Amino acid sequence: MNNHKSGFVRVASLALALSLLAAPLSLPAVDGTLTIVTSYPKDTTGTFKKAFEKKYPNVKVEMLKKKTTAGIKYLQETAGSNTADMFWASAPDAFEVLKGDDLLIKYQVKVKGIPEKVGSFPINDPDGYYKGFAASGYGIMWNTRYLKAKKLPAPAEWADLKKPVYHGHVGMSAPSRSGTTHLTVETLLQGKGWEKGWAEWKAMAGNFKTVTERSFGVPDGVNSGQFGVGIVIDFFGLSSKASGFPVEYVYPTVTTLVPANIALVKNGPNPEAAGAFIEYLLSAEGQELLLDPKIRRLPVNPATYAKAPAGFPNPFKDSSIGSAVKFDLGLSKGRYNVINSLFDVMITYRLDDLRDTTKAIQDAEAAMAGKSNAQAADLIAQAKALVNEVPVDEATASKKEFNGIFKKKRKKSTTQVTGRQAEVEQEWDAMVKANYAKAKSLAEKAKSML
Amino acid sequence: MASAFKPGQRGPALAGGLIALFLIFFLVVPVVQVVLVAFQDPNTGAPTLINFVDFFTTSLFQESFVNSFYVAAMSVVVATIIAIPLAYFTTRFNFSGALLIQTLGIIPLIMPPFVGAVAMTLLFGANGSVNLLLDEWFGFTIPFMEGLNGVIFVESIHYFPFILINLSAALNNIDRSMEESAQNLGANGVRLFRRIVFPLAMPGYVAGAALVFIKVFDDLGTPLLLNINNMLAPQAFLRITSIGISDPMGYVISVILVAFSLLSLWVSLLALRGKDYSTVQKGGGGLMRRDLRTWEKIGCYAVVILILLLVLSPHLGLLLLSFGTIWSYSVLPDAYTFEHYVTVFSEASGYITNTLLYAGLAALFDVIIGTAIAYIVWRTGLPGRKWLDYGATAALAVPGVVIGIGYLRTFHSFNVPIIDQPLASWWVIIVVALTIRRLPYALRACMAALQQVSIMLEEAAENLGATKGRTVWRVVVPLMSGGILAGFVTSFATASVELSATLMLVAVDSDAPLAYGIYEFMQSASGRGPGAALGVIGVLFVGLGTYFSHRIIERSRASRESTAVVAEGATA
Repeated sequence: MNNHKSGFVRVASLALALSLLAAPLSLPAVDGTLTIVTSYPKDTTGTFKKAFEKKYPNVKVEMLKKKTTAGIKYLQETAGSNTADMFWASAPDAFEVLKGDDLLIKYQVKVKGIPEKVGSFPINDPDGYYKGFAASGYGIMWNTRYLKAKKLPAPAEWADLKKPVYHGHVGMSAPSRSGTTHLTVETLLQGKGWEKGWAEWKAMAGNFKTVTERSFGVPDGVNSGQFGVGIVIDFFGLSSKASGFPVEYVYPTVTTLVPANIALVKNGPNPEAAGAFIEYLLSAEGQELLLDPKIRRLPVNPATYAKAPAGFPNPFKDSSIGSAVKFDLGLSKGRYNVINSLFDVMITYRLDDLRDTTKAIQDAEAAMAGKSNAQAADLIAQAKALVNEVPVDEATASKKEFNGIFKKKRKKSTTQVTGRQAEVEQEWDAMVKANYAKAKSLAEKAKSML
Repeated sequence: MASAFKPGQRGPALAGGLIALFLIFFLVVPVVQVVLVAFQDPNTGAPTLINFVDFFTTSLFQESFVNSFYVAAMSVVVATIIAIPLAYFTTRFNFSGALLIQTLGIIPLIMPPFVGAVAMTLLFGANGSVNLLLDEWFGFTIPFMEGLNGVIFVESIHYFPFILINLSAALNNIDRSMEESAQNLGANGVRLFRRIVFPLAMPGYVAGAALVFIKVFDDLGTPLLLNINNMLAPQAFLRITSIGISDPMGYVISVILVAFSLLSLWVSLLALRGKDYSTVQKGGGGLMRRDLRTWEKIGCYAVVILILLLVLSPHLGLLLLSFGTIWSYSVLPDAYTFEHYVTVFSEASGYITNTLLYAGLAALFDVIIGTAIAYIVWRTGLPGRKWLDYGATAALAVPGVVIGIGYLRTFHSFNVPIIDQPLASWWVIIVVALTIRRLPYALRACMAALQQVSIMLEEAAENLGATKGRTVWRVVVPLMSGGILAGFVTSFATASVELSATLMLVAVDSDAPLAYGIYEFMQSASGRGPGAALGVIGVLFVGLGTYFSHRIIERSRASRESTAVVAEGATA
């Protein structure tokens, strides 16, 4: 910590010496401490720390592990006398928040060979603040022992998770808790449309065993067999499998690939080392580290896939991964907090009600099979419509004033916002709760008629 | 002002003032910085109470409140059922291995609740070992860990030592003559316990039970790990830490947690008011110990072993996890290996030394401050003395994440003079946070201990010419040593597993304590084994630390006892 200044002098004199020598050295001379705030697990950070320190023996890398949300809070709270050099995490949204708070600085990458886009998503921030270093897709993982014991088929598409056989066997995190989960929810909403997308989520959520607090809670639950099927980001599934757990992973058709990112924090004490770290991460050597069985992320350099093990997904070749949805980042950003809040009100906090109602509807439909009873069919349809009802329409959800209720910048508020989040959420909750209860009784009534 | 104090009160007044400053600077100011948001109009920033109106009209929050209350109350009941036999058998009977039981009984505290929840899920979860076996043999499963059951189960196993420690200390301080008188009057067995022994041990029990209640009421880690959202603390946490949301409700809930915890504390004080629990005679301290008949001994051992098996099951699960290769949907791990320990020893020894340093310092400060506050509250007439108690205890109700954010906000621009570094990123701030967070534990124990010391003993000492300071040092503190030790042990053990505040405050990895290290390992598929191994090592180290602090204090007390007036029953 205390040798930043002397480190800087040394860097300067070394750089001078090198330029005088004009030696064709590819490595810029850097030293000192490099502090990186990251949400990544030790497997990832440790591997890169070791490799980077080997390449730059004068640099000591300090990995400061924070959950993405806590990392943002930490950088915001400490901005006054910042001691961190970089922020390194998955969700592009998190970087958008930091960029919006003016806590990042631009960086120009020197390494060549990284394409513009992966799937339909631009790899780097168009404004130049954060850089993608790996791609991540969202999909479904499952525990093979669990499915075998419970005699369940392996899922392949989101729609499979709506089937009654999976009732009580599926787990997922909440979009408000995990940036990656937020992207999954948003992707499906964009792919299927507002009404249909939410209906799809609720039909799946009706089969949920749990909504986990951390995104890692999902692979953890599947790995240990607490539930059989999980909706996760690809590297959780791939690295769990590589660690020896009896799990499999699949990309459904409607998914999107988004880059995992890294950025320089404003006023960081050691920007030289930070730059070197980005360059290393994007170099052929750094990209190859991503294939490590404990990390298993999709490199953004297409050339690296030549060294990947057989069966490793390659989004640059296999166009079926992540191309079905053209992800609209602007749309996502505009309704970010509304989506989080809606998901929590309709699903996370009312999971028990939703699950019971879904069970009642599934039972009624099972009783219905092979019979024809117009009245019962009508009741079931009514019940489903009640469950699927979303308290706000798509246009309102994207409205700026409406989003203002969920995202407040106190003190700076010049425009008066009407309504408070708690007030709005209570209205939604009252409606959702009543709808679920009514739908349940309708479905039960339908079943009793059959 | 000083002249207003009686001569003997100047020392306590000075100590009280210093403690008050410490609490204001490191508890009140940071918390107010954060909690102020609860009283601001979210749209304009103007002061308002509208957020509280919202809270009470929101059905989700009403449910959360009821759930939190239910879980806390049930946890006290279950924890009591676990603690009473252990405390009673070991203090009442000549029971070999009493020290072992009391030490093993404390071990559940020495494990971060989130680690305990992981292990418990593997053993008792819907598809955990027990239910897989039950399903295979009998075709049914028991929902130990479903919904609120899981929280109650994990919490009562984790926190029952609070009751055990305080109750044991209280039982050991009971005047034997009371029991003898009761027996002479014909009381024995259950009646003796119910009418005489338990009421006399009431201060210890209430202290422990209140701690369990408050702690469970605002515990965050366990419900979160079990994915229970509909409780108050998780609601506060979820709302404070979500990206982009500056929802005031999280802070409102924090205020309500603080208020409710103070209320339950006040109720527990009311319950004890108007009764004198102190005992004059320390020479015959402790219950009469008697030998057990063979069949009684077998019965006692059966109960104790059963309870210990249950409360140590998280550790058993952790041990299996640390040696297991892959443990997935099976009764036991597939195979066993030492590899995880090799990984941990090569990478993570710093976590352990950091933890011992931080938790040791924090517990030491806690018992010093706790003893001082207890003395000021019960033995002086200083104005506002009760507020020291309330203030220190309020720390119990402040979620760790609020303390963490508050410290960052308050102390980040404050540079420590000599080392020229922000206070918020200096490792000492972690010790301060732990001291504040664990002070209530030490305080409760010290309070209960002092309550059982008769003031007559001090008056006697002063009549014989001892100064106030000398009386405190030579009479009061030694008489309280059982309670002080209990306080030190609880503070030390729980400080060493604290995560929520440290997660915010750790500024460099090399300063990180154990719980942080385990958390970091446990965030990846291949890190579960090494994380568990680190947990096992941590439990061993902190367990040994606890055991040796027992031994040291026991020994110093024994040597003092041979020369001084007091002779007290063993307070294992």
